[in-house]
Amino acid sequence: MTALSLHNISMTFPDGTQAIDDVDLTIKRGEFVTIVGPSGCGKSTLLRIISGLQQPTSGTCEVNRKSLGYVFQDSVLLPWRNVRKNVELNAELQGVPKEQRQESVQKAINLVKLNDHVTKFPHQLSGGMKMRCSLARSLVSQPQVFLFDEPFGALDEMTREHLNDELLNIFLQEKFAGLFITHSIQEAVFLSTRVIVMSSQPGRFISEHTIDFPFPRVPDIRYSAEFAELCGRISHDLKLAHA
Amino acid sequence: MKLSSQISQNRRISTIVLPVITFIVFLSIWYAYAKFHYDNPVQRRNALPYPHEIFTDGFLPLNDKVNGLRPILGYMWPTVKVTFLGLLIAVVLGVFVATLMNLSKGIEKSLFPYAVILQTVPILAITPLLTELFGQEIGVRLVVTVLVAIFPVMTNMLFGLQSTDRALHDLFTLNQASRWTRLIKLEFPSALPSLMTGIRIASGSAVIGSVVADFFFAKGEKGIGYYIRTRQQQAIQRPEMFAGTITASLFGIAMFVLIGWITSRAIRNWHDSNLAIRQSSFKILRPLKGN
Ligand SMILES: Nc1ncnc2c1ncn2[C@@H]1O[C@H](COP(=O)(O)OP(=O)(O)OP(=O)(O)O)[C@@H](O)[C@H]1O
Ligand SMILES: [Mg+2]
Repeated sequence: MTALSLHNISMTFPDGTQAIDDVDLTIKRGEFVTIVGPSGCGKSTLLRIISGLQQPTSGTCEVNRKSLGYVFQDSVLLPWRNVRKNVELNAELQGVPKEQRQESVQKAINLVKLNDHVTKFPHQLSGGMKMRCSLARSLVSQPQVFLFDEPFGALDEMTREHLNDELLNIFLQEKFAGLFITHSIQEAVFLSTRVIVMSSQPGRFISEHTIDFPFPRVPDIRYSAEFAELCGRISHDLKLAHA
Repeated sequence: MKLSSQISQNRRISTIVLPVITFIVFLSIWYAYAKFHYDNPVQRRNALPYPHEIFTDGFLPLNDKVNGLRPILGYMWPTVKVTFLGLLIAVVLGVFVATLMNLSKGIEKSLFPYAVILQTVPILAITPLLTELFGQEIGVRLVVTVLVAIFPVMTNMLFGLQSTDRALHDLFTLNQASRWTRLIKLEFPSALPSLMTGIRIASGSAVIGSVVADFFFAKGEKGIGYYIRTRQQQAIQRPEMFAGTITASLFGIAMFVLIGWITSRAIRNWHDSNLAIRQSSFKILRPLKGN
């Protein structure tokens, strides 16, 4: 079942920056696609187009925006709301009644391990905690299409791997269509069913790698030879993308 | 732990000691000037009395019905009323107009130039007009106070509303928030620190506005400005004049402290925006609470 499809998407900003050039992409439910590419190649722009925040210069985008989760590159929390209230925000704005959202809010908070911090305000949180709060906020409404813009970029290795494991669990349960952006090749390979390498200026998809590790994936696959080989291939393409 | 408490102790002392030193220096210059500038005591008294004379002659006659602390407080009351009510009206109106301007660029464009003009008109130059429209009693003083206080509230509120974080707006857009929800749950809270800055500035203007209005509109319940002006006209009542002036400015200081306190309570949870206020001289309010 196709959850997201992009046809010939191009984006040129008014100042002449050509961010995306003729991108096609189809993601089914149950697929987890990761895009890696040099900084500034148009990854965030692509997600903004999919979410409807930005109109592409040309091309079409088919996606159900009513059931879309979007974790921004920055945590984007309301500074006057504590963690619990921030996690609650999306559901609240979507009009989910208070009693109904409590349970899923608590579940999301547990999942990202912020239980001990629910009454803290954003300025009292570390960068990683803010990101986890932002992730939890999107989890609450159980979207069918989930966009992640480098959500774990600011985290330490251990927390990142832990959240990768958790994210995969959620993915297996919810079977959403995932589109993930990262600078970490390891993270890309571990999470995804497909990894796409993007080049910059203009942003194009230059190669695609299918990752066949079966689900559920155990953390230890990260140390297998097959994993290393995949990483090597993607890394090679990424070097071409930078050139 | 010990070191840091000592540092905060020192800081606490310096927030009290330094202003006191300034005050002593100021008084010394005053005494020296009053002593050496005037040839005889009568002349000095009529121009610039010694500070202690202000206290003894201006405030102390406790049971005097015409001059002294008790009549001063009596004249203060209408001024205090006008200031608070005027500030309140200015805040409500200013927030309302700023919100309208924020909702529609058209409204902003059609109103903003007039708000600027209103701000630049020397209000006292149009006293005859104001008298014609609003009389000379407490009502016209209220109008003057609102006129001088509304601009900082309105502009700061508008600035606050318009500088709401783009990314937060995106978040609300993604969740299909209505215009109203966006206003209440995003723009208002995010404009609060600016609004409080506006109110802080407006409170100073309101005090000055209502006192000056007392000078020019002196019918009905007379205010402290009237007391000051009438003592000003009599050379021998300089201490009384200064006593009235000092009381009026103490009121201004009290307003400043009050608004600062309300501000830090209203936004104490979000450090970022609170930072500017904490770093300003408002922190004279904080050490007492031991932070
Ligand atoms: N509003 C805008 N106006 C003009 N140019 C823009 C705008 N937004 C982004 N760009 C440009 O588009 C290009 C892609 O930006 P984008 O944010 O999508 O990069 P990115 O791949 O997400 O980079 P990073 O990995 O560093 O987050 C950049 O060259 C950027 O300068
Ligand atoms: Mg980006």
